[in-house]
Amino acid sequence: MAPLNTLSYVFIGIGLFFNLVGSFGLHRFPDVYTRLHAATKCTTFGSIFLILAVIVQSAGIWAVEGDSSQIVMCIHVVLALVALLVTNATSAHAIARAAHRSGEKPARAVVDDLERKQHD
Amino acid sequence: MSEWQVAAIVMVVCIIITVARIIIGPGAPTRLMAFDTTNTLVVTSMVIVAMMTHNRPFYIDVAIVYALLSYVMTLYVAKYIQGDKF
Repeated sequence: MAPLNTLSYVFIGIGLFFNLVGSFGLHRFPDVYTRLHAATKCTTFGSIFLILAVIVQSAGIWAVEGDSSQIVMCIHVVLALVALLVTNATSAHAIARAAHRSGEKPARAVVDDLERKQHD
Repeated sequence: MSEWQVAAIVMVVCIIITVARIIIGPGAPTRLMAFDTTNTLVVTSMVIVAMMTHNRPFYIDVAIVYALLSYVMTLYVAKYIQGDKF
């Protein structure tokens, strides 16, 4: 299954690249909101592609050898991906709200609409 | 050296970078955010380790439980930071 292996290599490359970019984004951005933006989006995208690579390679092994434990692997990996997709977005929202309510200011921000709404 | 071993090494490098942000990051919200990122990377690393050591699907079960428990932890610490009563 040479084409499937090549596809999984491409997916692993994309996933690792985006995970590395998200990790460096934590150190490149000035305040908690922009860091949250970089880290959450990039690591979610990278995890999607790494898990797609696992699915492609397991499906390739199953198609060649007929090994049914690979199908169990595929289903469990998809469950892990669903758990990641739901929890990442929700926890990023919770962290941003908690940071704003605890008085963390955005760096170099000109207008803070949420602050103005609370004073009105 | 298989492709999954390379992927695991790169993921360990990513985790070390985010743990550095947990240690140096100013303030509780930054540390919580870096911890949440580390949790995502650890879940992905567990999936990679399951693929690296062939036919070990139980690592993925551990990854699912870890993802859900770390989500609960993040929500509770965020609630604590914003000053709510429990």
